[in-house]
Amino acid sequence: MRYLELVCPAGTPAALRAAVEAGADTVYCGFRDCTNARNYPGLNFDASELAEGVRYAHERGCKVLVAINTFPPAGKQRPWHHALEQAAAAGADAVILADLGVLDYATRHHSQLRRHLSVQASAANAPSIAFYRDCFDVRRVVLPRVLSVTEVAALVEETGLETEVFAFGSVGPMSEGRCFLSSYMTGLSPTSEGACAPASHVAYIDRDGEILSRLGTTTLNAFARGEPAAYPTPCKGRYVTLGRASYLFEEPVGLNAIAILPALKAAGVTALKIEGRQRSRAYVAQVVATFRQALDALARGEQPPTATLGGETEGGRETFGAYQKGWR
Amino acid sequence: MSARAPARLTLGPLLFHWPATTRRDFYLRIADEAPVHTVYLGEVVCSKREPGFEPYRAAVIERLRAAGKEVVLSTLALVTTAREVAQIRELVAGGALVEANDVACLQLLGGRPHVVGPYINVFNEGARQFVTGHGATRIVLPIEMPASSVGVLAAGAGATDIELQVFGRLPLSVAMRCYHARAHERSKDHCQLVCGLDPDGLTAQTVDGFDILTINGTQTLTHGHGVLLAELDALTAAGVTHFRLSPHALDMVAVAKLYRDVLDGTRDAASALAALRVLTGSVPFVNGFLHGREGLAWVGGA
Repeated sequence: MRYLELVCPAGTPAALRAAVEAGADTVYCGFRDCTNARNYPGLNFDASELAEGVRYAHERGCKVLVAINTFPPAGKQRPWHHALEQAAAAGADAVILADLGVLDYATRHHSQLRRHLSVQASAANAPSIAFYRDCFDVRRVVLPRVLSVTEVAALVEETGLETEVFAFGSVGPMSEGRCFLSSYMTGLSPTSEGACAPASHVAYIDRDGEILSRLGTTTLNAFARGEPAAYPTPCKGRYVTLGRASYLFEEPVGLNAIAILPALKAAGVTALKIEGRQRSRAYVAQVVATFRQALDALARGEQPPTATLGGETEGGRETFGAYQKGWR
Repeated sequence: MSARAPARLTLGPLLFHWPATTRRDFYLRIADEAPVHTVYLGEVVCSKREPGFEPYRAAVIERLRAAGKEVVLSTLALVTTAREVAQIRELVAGGALVEANDVACLQLLGGRPHVVGPYINVFNEGARQFVTGHGATRIVLPIEMPASSVGVLAAGAGATDIELQVFGRLPLSVAMRCYHARAHERSKDHCQLVCGLDPDGLTAQTVDGFDILTINGTQTLTHGHGVLLAELDALTAAGVTHFRLSPHALDMVAVAKLYRDVLDGTRDAASALAALRVLTGSVPFVNGFLHGREGLAWVGGA
C-alpha cells in the first residue's frame, strides 16, 4: 500500500520520461492546443507522442492522466471532443476535465474513460463535488489551492471521493477556471485558450537600472536586478493601494508541502500533485525524486530526509500556501 | 416581427459592502423609481458581511415584490465552509427563485428552476444544454464572453433567458484571501469588515501610477465601468433577453432610465453615453471583452 500517489507534470515527452524515471506513480499531460490549461509554445503532446508516452509509462507501472481542462468557446467544441477521443485511443488512465459541457459529453460518449475533476472547476465544497460525482461519475477531484488541511479532511470525509491536492509549484490565490484577470489585460482567455499571461504579451523594460515587467499595456512589477520576482501573471504583480506598493494578491513564493505530508495523509488525501508542466525537465527530475524519497521514507515509517527545493520554487521562497493557518 | 418578449432590465446583486440601512434605502428607492424588471438580492462576495442586512431583508423583498419586481436571491460565488453550505441550503429550501453562483447550489436545487449566475462557467452549447436540462431557466453569461459566443449561445437558447451585464465594474476573480484586509495589513479573521470603507471598492494602481483594478474584499473587479450601451440593439437582436446593471454608489435610478430609454428606442446610444459619462464621474468605460479585445479596452464609435 503506497503512502500517497505521486502525480507529476509532463509538459513534454522528455519530461514524461524524466518523471517516470524519477519515481512518479502517475504523470499528467495535455495536447498541444487550446484544450488544456498550459497551452504554451513548445509544450505538450500530439496524438502519437501521447500514445508513445502512455506505452512508456505503462511498461514501467506508471499511469497517465490527460488534462482536457479548459472551457470550449461557443461554436468551437470540436477540439475538446476530439481530445477526448484521442486520449481514449491512446489508452490514458483518466482525463482531467472542468467544463460542464465537456464532462457531459465525456460521460455520454466515453463512459469507460475514468474522469477526474480539474482544479479549473474550482469545486471547493462538498455539495459541488457531490454534484460532479452524481452527474458525471467523477472518481477523483483535484482540490482548489485555497483550502486548509482541516477543510480538505472534511471534504474527503463528506464526499467519499478520491482527492488530489497540490504539493509543490505555483500558488494560485484566485478561484481557478473563473479568473479573468489575464484576459482583462491581454484579450486572450486562459479559460478557453489555456494560457495565463502568454509570453507573446509579456515584456521586460529596463528603466534606470530598474526592471519593469509588463503584461499587455499593464505594468505588473518594478524590481531591482537580482531581486526575486515572479513571472508577470496578474495575480503575482505589485500594485499600489492606499499609497503603498505591495504584492497585493500573492508574494513571489512557491508552494512546498513536503513538510506536511503526514498531515495530508491523515486528512485522507489520495494523491499529491506536483505543478509545473511549463517547467524544465531538470525541475521535474529533481522535484519528483525529492518527493519520491520523502514518500518512501514515510511509507517505511521513517522521517523523510530533510531536503530543500529552494532552487526550484518560484521566486526561490517557499510557502505552505492555504494549508497554513493565517494565509488568508 | 418576432414573438420575443421585450428586453428586460435587471439590477444585479450589490457586490460592495454598504451599511445595512444604506442598502435598505437604496432598494426602497429602486422599488419605487427604477424601471427594472428584476432585482437580484443577496451577498455574493463574503459571508461575513451577511448578518448586518438580515433584519431588513424580508421588508425589502416585500417592497420590491409589491412594486412588481421579480426578486431573485443570489448566492455566494465561492463556498467553502459548512456554515456557508448551510446558508445556501436554507436559501434553497425557502423556495424563492435563486441565482446559483457556485455549483453547490445546483446540487442543493436538485433540478428545480433557477438562474445560473455569471460565476458558473457556461461558455458553450454543451454547458448550456446541460444546465437547462438541470432546471436553469435563465443563464447569466460570463463577463469575458465575446459577441460571437453570445450570439451562438443566445441563438439556440430556446425558452431559456439569456442575461448579460451591461453596466458597472466587471467582476474578474474571486478568492479565499481578502485583499481589502491585506491592503490594510490585517488578517481576514480580523478584518473588521474594512471593505465597508469603500462603497465602490478600493482602487489598485499599477506601480507606474495607472488605475487598473478595484478591490472588493475577496473579489477583484475592473477599474472601469463595463458599459454596453451602443451594443444593446445588436445584443437584443442576437437573442439576449435580460440586461444587468450592477449597483454602484451613484444614481442607479438615472442609470436604469438611460438604459431603458435606449432599449425602448426613445434615446440614441450616443446621447445616453454622454449622460452616463456625467453620472459616473471620472471612472473610465470598458467594453473590450464583448469586442473580443482585452477587457480593459474601450471600443467606442461615439
